[in-house]
Amino acid sequence: MSKINQDQVKQLAHAVRIEISDEEATKYAEEISQLLTQADKMDEVDTKEVKPTTHGVVTELGKVLRQDKPVQSITQEEALKNAPDKQDGHFKVPAIME
Amino acid sequence: MSLFGYTIKELEEKLRKKELSASELVDMSFNRIAEVEDQVQAFITLNEEEAREQAKKYDEQSSDQKKLFALPVGIKDNIVTKGLRTTSASQFLSNFTDPLYDATAVKKLADEQAITIGKLNMDEFAMGSTTETSSYKVTRNPWNTDHVPGGSSGGSAAAVAAGEVLFSLGSDTGGSVRQPAAFSGIVGMKPTYGLVSRYGLIAFAPSLDQIGPMTQGVEDNARVLEIIAGHDQNDSTSANKEVPAYTEALTGDIKGLKIAVPEEYLGDGVDPEVKEAILNALQMFELLGATVDRVSLGHATYAPAAYYMISSAEASTSLARFDGVRFGVRAENTDNMIDMMKKSRGQGFGDEVKKRIILGTFALSADNYENYFEKAQKIRTLIKREFKTVFDNYDVVIGPTTATTAYKIGATDIDPVTANTNDMLTVPANLAGLPALSLPCGFSEAGLPIGLQIIGNHFDESTVYRVAHAYEQATNHHKKRPVLEGENK
Repeated sequence: MSKINQDQVKQLAHAVRIEISDEEATKYAEEISQLLTQADKMDEVDTKEVKPTTHGVVTELGKVLRQDKPVQSITQEEALKNAPDKQDGHFKVPAIME
Repeated sequence: MSLFGYTIKELEEKLRKKELSASELVDMSFNRIAEVEDQVQAFITLNEEEAREQAKKYDEQSSDQKKLFALPVGIKDNIVTKGLRTTSASQFLSNFTDPLYDATAVKKLADEQAITIGKLNMDEFAMGSTTETSSYKVTRNPWNTDHVPGGSSGGSAAAVAAGEVLFSLGSDTGGSVRQPAAFSGIVGMKPTYGLVSRYGLIAFAPSLDQIGPMTQGVEDNARVLEIIAGHDQNDSTSANKEVPAYTEALTGDIKGLKIAVPEEYLGDGVDPEVKEAILNALQMFELLGATVDRVSLGHATYAPAAYYMISSAEASTSLARFDGVRFGVRAENTDNMIDMMKKSRGQGFGDEVKKRIILGTFALSADNYENYFEKAQKIRTLIKREFKTVFDNYDVVIGPTTATTAYKIGATDIDPVTANTNDMLTVPANLAGLPALSLPCGFSEAGLPIGLQIIGNHFDESTVYRVAHAYEQATNHHKKRPVLEGENK
């Protein structure tokens, strides 16, 4: 049985802001279903008493925190340099609301 | 003279004695590119003008040579280079010609006066294992151009194997440095998670990604890692530890070393030719005075499934930054902002990338989180635990880097068991955060390279290099060079 159908793929794609065609949705649904079927193999392992791991090596938090001091990184001009569209020192995007 | 057969140390000496100039060395790199790049297709962008100017400048200054003086390096195209186009092999970034800063690893190379020759091809956003998901070109394996160089750091591997650059940087999320190193007959190291700063590495799966050196030999590899490793305040996951002098660990002495070989790593999915090469290597290690025991890493079988869930879930968030607002290619003729983002991402990303973002989003959604994402993270705990038990009793874990030699270009008939075995060999080191290196240990009958993988304990790169170096010096595999068609022999 298919783990995910074309409509679900389209819904997810919309949620992450990716436009896909019907052909793509069909293809991804099939390939993702296969990957999820493989992933179900994980159910063979009893993990009731196991805690999840987020990183292979965990950095000590105390060594990560630093003073909250503002420093100069990039200038406004630099930040806008690679932008597809800009105006008056801002990024410009198409209308957000109708 | 060519870039082949010289170590960094030897070139350093020649440069110091003025037997070789920086410009001559850089010329050598571009001459070789002119000679073979048509066949290899390793580069997305060349940095020729800049590189030659830099070399000239270095020749004119008489001050002291730094550690990588004038050495030609290639950089994987997901590592940002100031003012040099960085695409991650995606059309989304095809216009990203002016990155604002150098990745920390690149800056460290530049500070030691290495010269960037160009940006190397890869699978799009590092998602793949053949470099065929690149939206720019198909890179070919220098040993046989009908075959892939591996991936995702395929350009980085092929350029070194073909002698176009002396060394390169790759990145490894699930094997992307080691597998192409194995397929292309070179040395590739994925360091301990946190050893090399990821600042400026375009993230695929941030809890797994590491930048690593790709070189012709083990000594060069250790030398480059010494330079790029170290704490960076711009990467909060980078380790605040002193970097050992890895080159000093290359004593050639591995007497009494305890090697563990997981049964699972020599199972049915592994090609008989590969298995034979590994067994021969294990005999060599015994001759050198090491002991070899079989162990079990039972949960490794589940590593590929866990890896796909974790890496895709992380990718779905990492790649959210590509929205067509601040950089990259924006789709034209769109109605509103959401439409603009959807079209920009839909057109800018390739199939593999879109598929993995959708899979990752599925795995993170409320209904599936527990069964897929969290389950994978729990398997990750078990894998980490298993390695810990092994490293309580052994110095290194050894096995093949890949189940087979390099695939044919365009191969669609890869056996699922083989594909799964390939992932099972490389991804556990990423999940557990361990350092792992691949080096050549033989060739198939068809003349394709075979890679041996050495996995070490956290932050024990020194032992991994010592073991790799001892093996390399006792064998001749690393001295063999690919011969490309029409090449001046």
